This record gives sequence, structure tokens and C-alpha cells, in this order.
Amino acid sequence: MGSFLLVTIQVDLYDRLALNLETDLIRMVSETDARGVLIDISAVGLVDSFMGRILNNIATMSRIMDAETVVVGMQPAVAITLVELGLTLAGVHTALNVERGMELLHKRLGSDVREGGRFYGNSE
Amino acid sequence: MSGKGGGFMVTLSKDIIEITREQDVVTLRNRVKELAVKIGMSLLGQTKLITAASELVRNMLRYAGGGKVTLEVVLRDKVTGVQLTFADEGPGIADIRLAMQDGYSTGKSLGLGLPGTKRLVNEFSIQSEVGKGTTITVIRWKNGL
Amino acid sequence: MQSEVTKFLEKNKQSILTQWMTNLAEDHILREELMSNEKSRQQSEELLLAVLKVIASDNFKNTESQEHESVSDIISEVSIYRARQGFTPRETATYVLSLKQTLAEVLDKKFAGDARLLYESARELNQLLDSLSITTFETFIKGREEVIMRQTDEIGEISTPVIRVWEGVVALPIIGTLDSMRTQTVVEGLLQEIVATGSSIAILDISGVPAVDSLVAQHLIKTVSAARLMGAECIISGIRPEIAQTIVHLGIDLSSIKTKATLASALKLAFQMLNLEVRRGERK
Ligand SMILES: Nc1ncnc2c1ncn2[C@@H]1O[C@H](COP(=O)(O)OP(=O)(O)O)[C@@H](O)[C@H]1O
Ligand SMILES: [Mg+2]
Repeated sequence: MGSFLLVTIQVDLYDRLALNLETDLIRMVSETDARGVLIDISAVGLVDSFMGRILNNIATMSRIMDAETVVVGMQPAVAITLVELGLTLAGVHTALNVERGMELLHKRLGSDVREGGRFYGNSE
Repeated sequence: MSGKGGGFMVTLSKDIIEITREQDVVTLRNRVKELAVKIGMSLLGQTKLITAASELVRNMLRYAGGGKVTLEVVLRDKVTGVQLTFADEGPGIADIRLAMQDGYSTGKSLGLGLPGTKRLVNEFSIQSEVGKGTTITVIRWKNGL
Repeated sequence: MQSEVTKFLEKNKQSILTQWMTNLAEDHILREELMSNEKSRQQSEELLLAVLKVIASDNFKNTESQEHESVSDIISEVSIYRARQGFTPRETATYVLSLKQTLAEVLDKKFAGDARLLYESARELNQLLDSLSITTFETFIKGREEVIMRQTDEIGEISTPVIRVWEGVVALPIIGTLDSMRTQTVVEGLLQEIVATGSSIAILDISGVPAVDSLVAQHLIKTVSAARLMGAECIISGIRPEIAQTIVHLGIDLSSIKTKATLASALKLAFQMLNLEVRRGERK
């Protein structure tokens, strides 16, 4: 039996902070035996190729550990910019908001899962 | 004073930021955003410009250990825009054509920074000399595509 | 110009104006449905007075003079106004040429006995009015271009309505040519509506798009990719046979995109994706 992890990114991350997110999150997946990871980026105004790669990394690493990653709430301007930049986030599932992301995970994993949450980034 | 690219360009404001450490990236992004908002750029335009700036300043830190960014509000043919010049004294780029290709990276990353940036701005020019350094100038106009 | 001539013209300006208006009426270019007679007369009077001022001025030959500038401002205004009101180029050009005609007639009558004077005056008048004709031509086109640009903007705004067709499904019927500028507005509008309505499916209907070239296809693919990053799926509908043909001939790869021939079949697919079933109700 596994759980979902919910990570809310509140501010545009410093690079170091973003790298910490990657390390922390993978550790959390392992510790909690999570089956799903939701990363809420609805408050994020900018995703560059560095940040995009970290999201991709998290998804790939999680998959190796048998967990699915859903990035939720990407803003339209951020999405258009990412496409222009050339980044597709191929390994990452996406959903409009946390609720839809949760539905998606349930659909993919069945319903034998718990939910847990966590904030990431400094609150401003 | 007419024709595409033929008009005079006037600098309305100018500001220089030294880039030496990772935190300067955030300072730069905020300054770029301020200027873009000031000239009335759309949210999408702002996002494209800030993302481009973020890519270029990251390259500057990573490959040249830092440098200088000049931020200007410019006016040409009655249109305002934000012009950013990234100048470093790093190792330079030997083959610019190669570096501008999608997926080319000497840093084991995605290799989208330079070509992607070019797609995100309205004007892009790059000069680089091995052993001397690299200078990249970009402009996004207020209502640019 | 000889002061004899300028004095004569100045003294008779009201009758010249009347004569000009009569000529215009005879040529059927007054077009009252586009512009009232009163307004025509007023504009013509202004123009005539400016022309007479140039003729009377000491620096008639100096085309940079203030008098020249003022007459060319007036002719520009008149031409732009006419372009906006929907006069044809021929009507606008004839309007100016008919002033030349009128002045020639009036001078002919008065100075019939002095061939040399007549020739001199006619030559100078022609020079001035021909240069005014050129200005008319230029500004008329500029006026038309402004009209076209304004209409393009308006079409861009009104022709991109995003419609909520079902809970969780939005549709965007695209009508007209998709250039880069319009695509940007269309795409932004659609993506914003997806967020606002929480719709996970968007149908882009292109039956109203006259042609799909590789640029348009690229725009469509980018839109679909951006929507996907936000967590929404796009279905492209309204693909007419000839469009399917060009897509294949151009070697455009749309295989990663869900496409349907009609809006109805796109909606059906959307229902399927949402696990919805539409059934005819039993009647008692
Ligand atoms: N300021 C710079 N100084 C030296 N080399 C650079 C600089 N910027 C970019 N490069 C070179 O160009 C390549 C491509 O850069 P980019 O497109 O940003 O991709 P990435 O950063 O992912 O490698 C880099 O790998 C590097 O070799
Ligand atoms: Mg880079």
C-alpha cells in the first residue's frame, strides 16, 4: 500500500533549492513508499530548461521507484513559453489542478492509496 | 527613419547588473520583469523574455563563471522594447552554429538554452571569440510575437 | 503668376466654386449617399481657397513654402476622408482633376484674347494640380490601408469565441486565415478558457480555415503541446478532404494529435474520453 505526495511550489526556485527539491522528493518517495507524486506549479511564473529538466528527472527517478509523477496547474503563458523553448516534458503526466491530478493518479493506480501533503519553497 | 531594422534606436533607460553568483539570477529576473511591466508588455511576452534571460544568465554562470548584463528600454520606429546584453569574458564558443542547434550541449544538459532563447525573443545576436568571451544581445518588443 | 490672373481668380472664387460643384454633379461623382452635398461644398471651398493662396503667393515656385504645405495637408485630409467613406480611387482622382478643368474653363473664357498669358497660367496651374493629384493618390491608398488594418483587428477579435459545449469540454471554431498574429490571440484565449472553466478537453474546429499549410499545422501542433503541458487534451475537428490531402502532400505529421472530420464526431470522442454516455430517453 502506498500514498500520494503533494508538493506545492510557492515561489520561483533558486537553482540550489530546485536541486534540493529533486533530492528531497526522491527520498520522500522512498521513505513513504509513495505511488504518486503531485507537483503543483500553479504559482510558478517561469519554468526554464533547468527547471524543466528537474521536473523530468523527478518523473524518471520516481518511475524507477514505481511511482507516477503529475505536474499540475501550469499557467498558459508558462506552457506556451515551454513549447517555444522546445521542452515537452515527455515523461511527465499533467493535470489542470490538484483535484484532477488526484483523479488521474487514482485512475492509473487503483484506489488503494492514501494522501499526504507537503509545501516546498519559502512562503512570501 | 523607416523600414524594418533600418530605423534609429534610442535608449530610454540603462542599467547594469553584475552576475557573480546564483542568487543574481533571481535579481536579474526581477529587474527584467519590472522593465517589461513598465513598458506594458503582455504576460506572455514577459514570460518569454524572462525565460530567455534566465537561460542566458545561467549559461553565463555555468560556462563563463559570471559576467555583466546590461538592461535597456529602447525605442525604434515608435515601438518600445526591452534589450538585454549578456557579456562575459569566459572561454567563448568555438562553433556558434553548432551551439545554436537544438540538443547540442557540452554541459550534459538539454542544449535548448541558446536555440530556445532565439525563439523566445524578437531579435537575437551572438558574438563569441575563443579565449576572449561571449556577448549575446536580445530584444523583445512591446507587442512582439 | 501674373497678378492680373490671381486677382481675377480671387475676385471670382465663389462663382468658380459653384462652377466646380456643378461639374462634379454632372460627372456624377458627388455621391450623396457617401458624403452630404454640404460637406462636399465645405471641403471643396477649403481646398479651392488653399489653391488660390498658393497661386497668389510670391513663392509659388517654392514647393516647400508654407502655402504649399497647407494645400497638401488639406488635399491629404480630403483624400483620406474619401477613402474612409468608400469613394473609389477614380472618383477621388476625378475630384481633383475636375478642379483643374474648372479653372481652365474659367480662364479660357476670361483671357481668350491673350494666348501667351493663358498658356503661362495654364502651365503653372497644371503643375500645381498634377502634384496634388499625386498626393491624393498616395494618401488615398494610405487611408484604405488604415481601413483594412482596422478591419483585420476587428475580425481577429470577434472571430475567436471559445464555447463551453459541455462540463469539462470547450470548443473553439476557428474562422479565417491563421496568421502568426491571430494564432497568438487564439491560442492564448483558448488556454485561458481551459483554466477558467477547468476543462480537460478542447476541440479546435478548423472547418472555417481556408487552407492549412505547414506554418498553420505547426501552430496547431504547438497549441496542442501547450494544452497538454497544462493537463488538457485537444481534438482537432473539421478536417475537410482537401485539407487532409494537403497535409499528407506537405509531409506534415499530425499522428500525435487526435483528429476528427466533424465537430460532432469530436464531441463523441470527448464524451468517450470523459466516460460519458449519451442515450435516447425512453418515451412512455
Ligand atoms: N556564455 C557561454 N560561454 C561559453 N560557452 C557557452 C556559453 N553559452 C553557451 N555555451 C555553449 O553552448 C552550448 C549550448 O548552450 P545551451 O543551448 O544553453 O545548452 P546547454 O546549456 O543545455 O548546454 C553549451 O553547452 C556551451 O558549450
Ligand atoms: Mg543553457
